[in-house]
Amino acid sequence: MEQEEDIERMKILAFAEQRNGKFKKAAFEVVSVAYTLAQQTGGEVIALVIGDSIDGIASELGEYGAHRVLVVQDPKLALYSPIAYARIIVEMAARENATVVLLSATALGKDCAPRVAVKLNAGLAADCIAVDIQDGDIRATRPMYGGKVLADVKITTPVKVLTIRPNVFAVQSIDGTRPQCDVVSVSLQDADFTARTTAVTIGSGKLDVAEADIVITGGRGLKGPENFKMLEDLAEVLGGAVGASRAAVDAGWRPHGDQVGQTGKTVSPTLYIAVGVSGSIQHVAGMSSSKYIVAINKDKDAPIFQIADYGIVGDAFEIVPALTQEVKKLLGK
Amino acid sequence: MNVVVCVNHVPDSAAKINVAPDGKSIDKTGVAFVLNPYDEFAIEEALRIKEKHGGEVIAVSLGGDSHKETLRKALAMGVDKAVLLKDESTRDSFGVATALAEYIKDVAPDVILCGKQSIDADNAAVGVMIAELLGIPSVSVVVSMKLEGAQAIVEREIEGGRETVEVTLPALFTAQKGLNEPRYPALKGIMAAKSKPIEERIPSQVAQKVEVVAIRRPPSKGTGKIVGTDVSAVPELVRLLHEEAKIL
Repeated sequence: MEQEEDIERMKILAFAEQRNGKFKKAAFEVVSVAYTLAQQTGGEVIALVIGDSIDGIASELGEYGAHRVLVVQDPKLALYSPIAYARIIVEMAARENATVVLLSATALGKDCAPRVAVKLNAGLAADCIAVDIQDGDIRATRPMYGGKVLADVKITTPVKVLTIRPNVFAVQSIDGTRPQCDVVSVSLQDADFTARTTAVTIGSGKLDVAEADIVITGGRGLKGPENFKMLEDLAEVLGGAVGASRAAVDAGWRPHGDQVGQTGKTVSPTLYIAVGVSGSIQHVAGMSSSKYIVAINKDKDAPIFQIADYGIVGDAFEIVPALTQEVKKLLGK
Repeated sequence: MNVVVCVNHVPDSAAKINVAPDGKSIDKTGVAFVLNPYDEFAIEEALRIKEKHGGEVIAVSLGGDSHKETLRKALAMGVDKAVLLKDESTRDSFGVATALAEYIKDVAPDVILCGKQSIDADNAAVGVMIAELLGIPSVSVVVSMKLEGAQAIVEREIEGGRETVEVTLPALFTAQKGLNEPRYPALKGIMAAKSKPIEERIPSQVAQKVEVVAIRRPPSKGTGKIVGTDVSAVPELVRLLHEEAKIL
């Protein structure tokens, strides 16, 4: 029975990531997932925001189901420092007796969660794509082997840490009341900053493939770096990002950060358009969870067609510009 | 500048993965195992640090005898010493990190390098957990690295950009593709690696914190349709995306 009592009180600490005083979409996803879990267990969602002068945005999280919001702010916390952030998350989890700590599997969340888990003596389920309550306990599903298999995992420690894959969970707006927002002071020491971020460079405001809702990826079939221009034109019309296959990256046509696949980024956009990409096992592992897949390839036997919802067998150099024009027409651009 | 680099032995990214009869693990039959691709960047960086600053590079791996193959590759690339933490038990990230941290603590290196993740369990957690267990700073997903005295200035990849991070050594770094171009082992190195000893140790056991209950293949997508075989199919494709998929 003791266990059931714990479930009654399932308190979830939801780390809501912000950058430059603006929440990331991933923050709302985390709060939404926390809210769903709290609903099922009669629990409470306590959101945590860390940064500099961010108390003004804290209440936004009420809209997604945060019952309360904790704000830890200091000029030293403007940029991410792994040890400081992990220590604050752990302190807040202890302060609230949280039994679940939820983060997004963003660059920050992936870096911070393992430290948080070790400090809390908690098991970590990383990069989850489904999180449910089963027999009063959390059951998470996470891809392994680059998405070639899915694993259902159970965390056996009293405190559980989970990261959820960005862009997978829906952001739900609820009719929440304005949450109580508390600014909590934390004493920061030099030891918290033995690793500290001194600068952030964001590349030309370009949308990252892992965050984009529409991804257009080019492969070896594009024949050279100059031909990615037509993908960029299509991406601009669609509001998407341009990715690259491993072959295209290894050939030096595109930067590593754009690579989609098992040894690149895993993406799950609403629409994935593969252009001149054969669809090797390692590539498919990184994009097969996309909602809709379009393949354009001149080889009718290319494996990519086996997973594509829609395919055109033909010359990408004719099809892609025509597609851009057709989409422009449709969108009235 | 002494460096420990943690390496793993994983199914090749080209391998098809099937579920074993127990429903909890993968069927290893016919699966080719290789040095984890991200660990190659970690080894290369370790060797470059040694070449520039002197010191020793030790490669360590946790697993069964099959991991010796991966350790030999590390030796062939040029690491000075290889250590196998011999253990065949099922471990979660924390279990792996505990065993590696236990060994690394004894060596007390200046720099620890790992791949940003193993492409088997894909947790991307072991490296940072080792750092936490050792009480040292870490930077994950590193794409550039510069050591200056007792400090490192590194860049890590984040969504759409990079963070510059200043770190006090000793510290742990996890390597992302792009950090460097890993060298191919020379024939001489490969031959020499064959006769080099691999030290074996038995790591202590820890209880699992995370259990895999079941694994399965993801739901397969039904075969889609070929809309057409030339540029004339474009209007129909756009219509389908607009009306059937409702995404435009």
